[in-house]
Amino acid sequence: MSPRRAASTGLVDRSQALRFTFDGRTYSGHPGDTLASALLANGITLVGRSFKYHRPRGIFTAGVDEPNALVTVLSGDGREPNIPATQIELYEGLEVESQNRFPSLEYDLGALGQLAGPLLSAGFYYKTFMGPVFGPLKGTRFWMICEHAIRRAAGLGRAGYEKDPARYEEMNAFCDVLVVGAGPAGLMAAEAAAKAGRRVILAEQEPKAGGSALWSGEMIGTRPAHQWAQAMAEKLAATENVRFLPRTTVWGYYDGNTLAALERVADRPSGTAKGLPRLRLWNIRAGKVVLATGSLERPVVFPGNDRPGVMLAGAAERYARQYGVLPGERIAVFTNNDGAYRAAAALRKAGAGVVAIVDVRPEISDAARALAQEAGVEPLLGHAVTGTAGKRLTRITIQRFDAATGRVSGDGRPVDVDCLAVSGGWSPTIHLASQAGGKPVWDEALHAFLPPSPMQPWVGAGAFAGAKTTVEALSTGRDAGLAAAGKKPSRARLPAVTAPALDPAPAPVLEIKAAGKAFVDLQNDVTAEDVRLAHREGFISVEHLKRYTTLGMATDQGKTSNLPGLAIMADARGLPIPEVGTTRFRPPFSPVSIGALAADRHRHFKPDRLTPMHDWHVGHGARMMEAGLWHRPMIYGQPGETVEQAYIREAAAVRRSVGICDVSTLGKIAVKGPDAAEFLDRVYTNTFSTLPIGKARYGLMLREDGIVLDDGTTWRLGAHDFLMTTTTANAGKVMQHLEYFLDAVWPHLKVHVTSVTDQWAGAAVAGPDARRVLEACVTGTGVDNVALPFMGIVHGRIAGAPVMICRLSFSGELAYEVYCGAGHGAHVWEALMDAGEPFAITPYGMEALGALRIEKGHVTGAEIDGRTTARDLYLDGMLSKKKPFIGSALMDRESLIDKNRLRLVGIVSLDGQPLGGGAHVVEKGSLDELGASIGHITAACYSPALERHIGLALVKGGKSRHGTRAFVSDPLRKRFGPVEIVSHHFYDPEGRRMHG
Amino acid sequence: MLIPCPHCGPRDVQEFSYQGDATRKRPDPASTDVHAWHAYVYDRPNPAGPHREYWQHIGGCRAHIVVERDTLSHEVLGAAFASDLSNQGGTRP
Ligand SMILES: [Zn+2]
Repeated sequence: MSPRRAASTGLVDRSQALRFTFDGRTYSGHPGDTLASALLANGITLVGRSFKYHRPRGIFTAGVDEPNALVTVLSGDGREPNIPATQIELYEGLEVESQNRFPSLEYDLGALGQLAGPLLSAGFYYKTFMGPVFGPLKGTRFWMICEHAIRRAAGLGRAGYEKDPARYEEMNAFCDVLVVGAGPAGLMAAEAAAKAGRRVILAEQEPKAGGSALWSGEMIGTRPAHQWAQAMAEKLAATENVRFLPRTTVWGYYDGNTLAALERVADRPSGTAKGLPRLRLWNIRAGKVVLATGSLERPVVFPGNDRPGVMLAGAAERYARQYGVLPGERIAVFTNNDGAYRAAAALRKAGAGVVAIVDVRPEISDAARALAQEAGVEPLLGHAVTGTAGKRLTRITIQRFDAATGRVSGDGRPVDVDCLAVSGGWSPTIHLASQAGGKPVWDEALHAFLPPSPMQPWVGAGAFAGAKTTVEALSTGRDAGLAAAGKKPSRARLPAVTAPALDPAPAPVLEIKAAGKAFVDLQNDVTAEDVRLAHREGFISVEHLKRYTTLGMATDQGKTSNLPGLAIMADARGLPIPEVGTTRFRPPFSPVSIGALAADRHRHFKPDRLTPMHDWHVGHGARMMEAGLWHRPMIYGQPGETVEQAYIREAAAVRRSVGICDVSTLGKIAVKGPDAAEFLDRVYTNTFSTLPIGKARYGLMLREDGIVLDDGTTWRLGAHDFLMTTTTANAGKVMQHLEYFLDAVWPHLKVHVTSVTDQWAGAAVAGPDARRVLEACVTGTGVDNVALPFMGIVHGRIAGAPVMICRLSFSGELAYEVYCGAGHGAHVWEALMDAGEPFAITPYGMEALGALRIEKGHVTGAEIDGRTTARDLYLDGMLSKKKPFIGSALMDRESLIDKNRLRLVGIVSLDGQPLGGGAHVVEKGSLDELGASIGHITAACYSPALERHIGLALVKGGKSRHGTRAFVSDPLRKRFGPVEIVSHHFYDPEGRRMHG
Repeated sequence: MLIPCPHCGPRDVQEFSYQGDATRKRPDPASTDVHAWHAYVYDRPNPAGPHREYWQHIGGCRAHIVVERDTLSHEVLGAAFASDLSNQGGTRP
């Protein structure tokens, strides 16, 4: 057994050994240990280097408040940095590495930075690097040169580059009462609420329930407190209406009594073989919340307070009692309150030597005196620790101290120690209550902020609510549970508590002013002097103090530094602490792994939208691509074909004979009702009330601000019955747009809109032979030019299935869109393929569709980009002058009709090289020299019809540049070359082919 | 935040899509008063306290709800179908 294991085992199972490695060396610990307790048990007190000064640092706390002992957990090539050693449950094979040291923890070059100590004060980086340095290194440029080196030197752990192998889960949960914290108060609250029949969730961040009961050494009833807690927890866990969640940190308190919690289910890099997730994120909606989050100890700030071996007194006590580990062999205690005396007695009882108790107060309670006797030392009252020595703590200096004036006097007396247990009193853990809203309330006696009065339905209990003893914790816990259940407080007897009668009030001393660096925020290396510097420079509000010094902004969120920092600022300003105020706490209470928040959970339950012909496409060599939620064929590749070869072949087939394309994804909205035509006249820029039944019309919609929203064709199927189509991408947006106007603006219109996108399958049959294909398979209607003229609609059958056919063209060829019920989609598609076989009908995908539309100059989402007007796109002809419509009032504002706006043109590559979407168009420049942009390319392709690389572009002045030369500038893709600006109607501008 | 949909009952905010200020007044459709249109499209008060706004229940009945919400506390003070309130008054296109 290691010399640092106490005789009593605490709650650790010493019958089993667990091996772990720290910086490559193997050590042993036990189930029930944290990494921190196991390191201490192996005599390791130096575990990391500090953020800014690279000072050696050790283990400062035993819990969630740990600022110092951050390590990186390794798994193969993966690494997760900045995990507090106090929060890692030991497991077999755990591998960790210390942080922020080079070349090793023991000998760190970065520590040389300490020699320049005074230079690195608050605001140093900004003053030095952003300030007025002259010459070529002035201002931000100098910063950019130095930033890399600084970021490397100052910082914490490094993240890995490997994919995270772990799995994460998310849960939504509902309860009547959520109890946060399973200490004595939380356990009582959960029991009371459960007995009242409420659905209870009890969340505890530690692996075991009990809170302070795990290490207080008190008796509750006839049992040691930890046994009482364990029995309570087991009973609750077995109760049907209680869900007990150990290892679960409630980290966020949001509106509507919704709280976020993180459960560490199997928190190790690989998860477990059983398929359990590593972490589980809980969204809990609670009727009432009982906050029983306890309190956190704060240190006294004094010079040299950061050496490995200095730790909080409560942590030292907890290591001794809960883990059976001695944090040192020669321990001194430094305190401003009675609580640390209990720690001294516990450490002595566990087998450590307690060599001194140093107390800033001139007098102490009888109970404290009795505990000092148990610890075997005479307390040094009216004294303070004013200095320390050793890379690992070897010595402290003690001087006389007057608590009333804060003055140190007399000669320093050295005492050899290897551990110093410090206590500055306890602050309620009010983070969640603060998140929920309201200002904390100062309590003079406890010298701490108590929670605000509730802004949301929560009830406080235990030390969180200011309870000073375990008896009070039990009674406030039970009352809180009853109150949350809507019941009156109980008068039934509570279990008796055996505990020393300590004075809960600390002396109001949180800093000892003496020579040397005294750290307030250990994780961000903020010193007491930094706080005073901030004050001298005018950063006196707590919010400014925080941002200027970074006090409390590290991953521990200043759990140990908050109040000492405020106390030092209050002292500098000559104000009481409550007048200096406190910052509002924000979520998360403790760090939450990005994996838990961001992991892809079945794509957040978004559906994969497949058209009825999906299987056919896949079975015929289609390479699918995602377009929003839809999966659409990109190309139908033949063996040995590149994507470009495939789409050129497909597009050429459409121009030469006939092609077929799945257009089921187009948005389709049924617009029905007596006022349907009137409604369409209002939402479209052109007129639909004049559209005859059995005809379709191309329509354009604007937003209220006059910018184009979407385009598409709308078919009149009956007097009161229209079928509107939208672009695939805007289907949802257009639907919402229509619903908004019908609900909020014109509720009196008798119109109903329904999305029928999924109800219809659609196929576009396009090309000179398209009519012949239809003639070969359509029954019940003619499809000749008389029966089915351009924009006409007919109803008939294909292979027995009812179809609706509209003659309209996106490709510029003679073309038809054939719609049928989604269930018949594959059947009709195959019938069309059969009918097209004599004409070598060719299925075409998105790439060919894109090339065909660019050749025709048809706009889509790339041009309707939320910035373009109808005039920008040369669609002025669609703007009715006879009626108002959505957007008509604002579309002609001065800036929207400016001559120099970006307007639609065509672009032809003059050097035979491809053009890229997003590339800029410039009048002059070169590959290396950026010219001033006059616009950008929105879409580009190789045109099989023109046998050139072409594109559409939005260019200043638009049409006025037709026939002029410019250059494409695409520095990211290393492309620069000459282009000609032309009309966007590249192919068949008169539209003879589609009317043919 | 829970929004009490008059049709579906109290539902999580994630089922709703925010549709903006419900106190805006659309000018008469035939109006050519650019200032009035500008105010309707762009000018928004940003009150600290009760505010009326549109929420569409896109994950449910798809109705637009006018929700009165306290912007300081997110407390919902009332909710009604937008179509019942017809608060924008427009009667003609
Ligand atoms: Zn609803």
